[in-house]
Amino acid sequence: MRPFDYLRAESPDAAVQAAAAPETMFIAGGTNLLDLMKLEVLAPARLVDITRLDLGGIEADGDGLRIGALVPNSDLAADPRVRRDYPLLSRALLAGATGQLRNKATTGGNLLQRTRCYYFHDRDTPCNKRTLGDGCSAIHGVNRNHAILGTSEHCIATHPSDMAVALRALDAELELLSPNGSRRRVALADFYCLPGDTPHVENILEPGELITAVILPAPVGGRQIYRKVRDRASYAFALVSVAAAVRVEDGLIAHVALAFGGVAHMPWRDGAVEGFLQHQPPSPALFAEAASRLTAQARGFGANDFKIPLLQRTLAAVLAEATEVTA
Amino acid sequence: MNITLRVNGESHDLDLDPRVSLLDALRHHLHLTGTKKGCDHGQCGACTVLLNGRRINACLTLACMHDGDDITTIEGIGADGLTPLQQAFIEHDGFQCGYCTPGQICSAVGMAEELRQGWPSHVTDDLTADPELTRDEIAERMSGNLCRCSCYPGIVNAIRQSLGEQA
Ligand SMILES: Cc1cc2nc3c(=O)[nH]c(=O)nc-3n(C[C@H](O)[C@H](O)[C@H](O)COP(=O)(O)OP(=O)(O)OC[C@H]3O[C@@H](n4cnc5c(N)ncnc54)[C@H](O)[C@@H]3O)c2cc1C
Ligand code: SF4
Ligand code: FES
Ligand code: FES
Repeated sequence: MRPFDYLRAESPDAAVQAAAAPETMFIAGGTNLLDLMKLEVLAPARLVDITRLDLGGIEADGDGLRIGALVPNSDLAADPRVRRDYPLLSRALLAGATGQLRNKATTGGNLLQRTRCYYFHDRDTPCNKRTLGDGCSAIHGVNRNHAILGTSEHCIATHPSDMAVALRALDAELELLSPNGSRRRVALADFYCLPGDTPHVENILEPGELITAVILPAPVGGRQIYRKVRDRASYAFALVSVAAAVRVEDGLIAHVALAFGGVAHMPWRDGAVEGFLQHQPPSPALFAEAASRLTAQARGFGANDFKIPLLQRTLAAVLAEATEVTA
Repeated sequence: MNITLRVNGESHDLDLDPRVSLLDALRHHLHLTGTKKGCDHGQCGACTVLLNGRRINACLTLACMHDGDDITTIEGIGADGLTPLQQAFIEHDGFQCGYCTPGQICSAVGMAEELRQGWPSHVTDDLTADPELTRDEIAERMSGNLCRCSCYPGIVNAIRQSLGEQA
């Protein structure tokens, strides 16, 4: 690991001011940052420790919830209000990592964890995300865990977070504090970026900007499911995941929110597919058509071709379970 | 950097490079070598310790972030005679080479507290009910502790027995 200066922030304002300096990063749970610093994939000159800031706690926010950026993943998953009103968020968190890691991993850090692309982790191979212009080793290389939607010729990496997929389906917003002291709220829908020709830019955060909280709107009710398909039953990243909140009224789909993990550079959502399902009577034929619309633009790169049918089948299975329709 | 770590009830003043992980501080600076290093990347659980009562991977955190924190390592568990959990690991062949065992024991202690708090897991059917102490629950909750000798059946039996269920 490269040497760095360590600074413990005493207040959120002091933290963002310190982090506005070049080559400076926040550290929260450290479970992703230190992993990458040991590999020297990341080598910040200065770390600003935010763990002693008063950014914990889960509080009511109107009819919704305000989740402090430092709330550990375990506490969020176990919170009685989350388990009752936003079960798909608990399910997504519990499907990720391990008990030990969830105790340390924070809400803010989880959103900003980096891709699990093998080449991104290996400094001896070219990677546009690490060094723009070097090329992408994955496109013609080992790309089993890579994206099928929203890719570019410069990067086909996925965002690995399960929690972010759930938050996307739940229409979460982020509260941000900038180094000039101003606060803003950004929908998670507008937070992440597609790789395009700037794969090193993963979100809209300004230098030094701090996530202070995640805000959930009022619960949507209905059936909520987070289904994660992975190489082993526990403790593995998603190949494909589907987060769904679906409500059926009078035999018609009255509300549907769907987000997808393991398939893109960000939690994926497709308003046209949701619109297609809305007000329709649930049936296997309807689900198959929705799945084929979802993947109309999907593209595999060889080893990840299997993700296209896997995503289709997983979506159809989740919709069938959520609406209690059997084939 | 000067920090104080409270380890197994004893305070230690340390002067450390900020790069030193909590794991290396314990092993190399405090010579508490019970906590093991397997992968150093959060993947194996051999380095599991209790931080203010909660289980974490000591390899993925910096010692300097834990000034004033309370750490329990395997040396602090059963120091005055084996705990029922440790006794059960022996009775049920919960280990062969023993390399993963300190992490397994610390993890099981942390997990038992999580169960007492009613935390659900990935395999809990009803998120709003108290979890049951099934084999599947224990296996899922202990999935962050790998055992290269594959003593998993013994580990699960030992934990179930010590938590008061029929193994
Ligand atoms: C073995 C292993 C398995 C895993 N499996 C899964 C899995 O199955 N599913 C899954 O979703 N995740 C998984 N993870 C990833 C884990 O969820 C993340 O490492 C964790 O959530 C990161 O949170 P942290 O607080 O430790 O972040 P840190 O490592 O502290 O920080 C990560 C990044 O976020 C920045 N940051 C942190 N907090 C803030 C803030 N408040 N504002 C602005 N920037 C901030 C940091 O500067 C850094 O860039 C796994 C990790 C490991 C090691
Ligand atoms: S997919 Fe993205 S992260 Fe992976 S090698 Fe290509 S540019 Fe790098
Ligand atoms: S050494 Fe820490 S998890 Fe493997
Ligand atoms: S007993 Fe040998 S690794 Fe677990």
